[in-house]
Amino acid sequence: MSMIAADTRAADARLASSVAAAHAAVRRRRHLETVGVVVLSAIILVWTILPIYNMILISFEPEGDVFTDHIWPRVLSIESFWGVLTQGHWYLEHFWRQFANSLYMGAWVTLLTLVIGSLTSFSIGRMRIRYGWLVSNAALLTYVIPASFLAIPFYRIMQNYGMANNLWSVIASLVAFATPYAFFVLQEYGRSIPIEVDESARIDGASPIQIYLRIYLPLMAPALVAVGTYAMLLAWNEYLYQFLLLSSKSSMTVPVALAQFLNSDQSPWNYMMATAIIYALPPVAIYYAFRRRMTAGLTMGGVKG
Amino acid sequence: MDSASAIDLSRPAARGLSRSLRGGLRGGEYTWALAFVVPYIAVFLTFVAYPVVYGLWMGSEPGLYRELFADPIYQSTVVNTVLYLALGVNVKMFLALLLSGFFMRPGWWSKVLLLIFVLPWAVPAISTFISIHWMLNGEWGFLNNVLYKLFHVEGPYWLNDRWTALGAVIVSHIWKWTPFWTLILLAGRMAIPLDIRDTARVDGATGLRGFVYITFPLLANLYLICTLLSTIFLLGDFTAVYFVSGGGPANSTHVLATLGIREAFEIANPRLGVAAVMSALPLVIPLVIVLMRKLRTAEVQL
Repeated sequence: MSMIAADTRAADARLASSVAAAHAAVRRRRHLETVGVVVLSAIILVWTILPIYNMILISFEPEGDVFTDHIWPRVLSIESFWGVLTQGHWYLEHFWRQFANSLYMGAWVTLLTLVIGSLTSFSIGRMRIRYGWLVSNAALLTYVIPASFLAIPFYRIMQNYGMANNLWSVIASLVAFATPYAFFVLQEYGRSIPIEVDESARIDGASPIQIYLRIYLPLMAPALVAVGTYAMLLAWNEYLYQFLLLSSKSSMTVPVALAQFLNSDQSPWNYMMATAIIYALPPVAIYYAFRRRMTAGLTMGGVKG
Repeated sequence: MDSASAIDLSRPAARGLSRSLRGGLRGGEYTWALAFVVPYIAVFLTFVAYPVVYGLWMGSEPGLYRELFADPIYQSTVVNTVLYLALGVNVKMFLALLLSGFFMRPGWWSKVLLLIFVLPWAVPAISTFISIHWMLNGEWGFLNNVLYKLFHVEGPYWLNDRWTALGAVIVSHIWKWTPFWTLILLAGRMAIPLDIRDTARVDGATGLRGFVYITFPLLANLYLICTLLSTIFLLGDFTAVYFVSGGGPANSTHVLATLGIREAFEIANPRLGVAAVMSALPLVIPLVIVLMRKLRTAEVQL
């Protein structure tokens, strides 16, 4: 402003006024842009929050209040959360068992995906095994087959193996579908580590398993975090295979138990929503904890496969 | 000194030979490499390849398809699936493209907003879809309560009509998955080198012009891959339909993924269920071929 003012001091008044007009136009445009941003932000906010707000609203209602028409919480009751945590409703009598099942399943899926994914990417990406491209293609194919399309034959096969109603059948299916993505992300990330690192360790007499454990895994730590988070979220989001393969109340996971609420017309919606919120807490916490690494991994996976 | 140089000279030739023989690995190492890759191959063969073959075998009777195509529920399911694909994928991807531009804005506000915006993706699908299901309840649902309180409008029974129910499913899918694709397109935009953007801006390519001539051409390949991937993912999406509309009213909002499960487990005719899913193969196979080719060359493109 001051520079312009200094420059135009000697110049004619017309120029000064046109500059002022241009400034006013810029200011008006900026103003308009701010309004646009605010409106758009508000829309995004409401749109995003609505179903989550609904979940929270109902979970804080006392039992009889669910069937009313208010849109703000009238009384904040933690009755339903307490009911879930103490297994106080007959729908919830195995809640902790089922939560433990979900955790067990999530933990094993994460661990196995990490181990199998990193071993495969080490063998193909770093050791350059012959016909590695065949394995890559198999992984790519798995990545693009919708998992739900294989549910029926998978169920039949698990029955033949005698693995129905067994958490390990679900773990197997989830590992099979999570590993390809893990493999791609690790493969991509591995490209940023010079192969000479491996070569020099090899010349120093390190065996492949030593290179894998002492060099590859530590260097890959950021990508491993991303992949592990992904596998865990995948397991936590999955419903179909758990629903088909787990049928007894004690082998069930939380999503299957949650869906059972829907079978009755007079569902205790406040308990249901409290359960849904408690179930949602671990993945949300994990996501926000590892968000930065997650996004990097996602990009690689999304762009590359 | 002399012997060292002799070794140096002979090494590359020997290594070249062994590389051509067994991928550059010495005997013991080759065993290791094989051992490392065996777990995945085992998982793939047992839990992917075998079910695929088993499924193909289960759905191989032509009679199944005659029975299937004659079923009016199947016919409406195909219409639903096509609508779900066309609207779900394209609206979502277009929104993601626009929103990724919005989130490129500097400043703390867009960062905070982005953190909230990804919530639908971070919260498990089952939790939110059940919430949406109840939200759309005609009598006690939150949406109709809001409509009544704010505008004194009696909202419809959203899930009791085929088209509003299908619309609800599509909107739910868009709600859940737009954040994910926005993040990916956002990363794609970030990957455009700064000097390209700066040069474009100096040349006057800002706003819409910058988008049409600079940003979109650079993003086009990523956008295409994302669209194809999301088509496949949506085709296999069971959860949104199952929890939001449940295929109802009167089985009018099924898609192929849910119809297959219904035929197999509610009607107890697994072969018909497999056939329902397999009838998507004419769409899936070309998609898979294009996608596999695209994904393999994506690295060069971006």
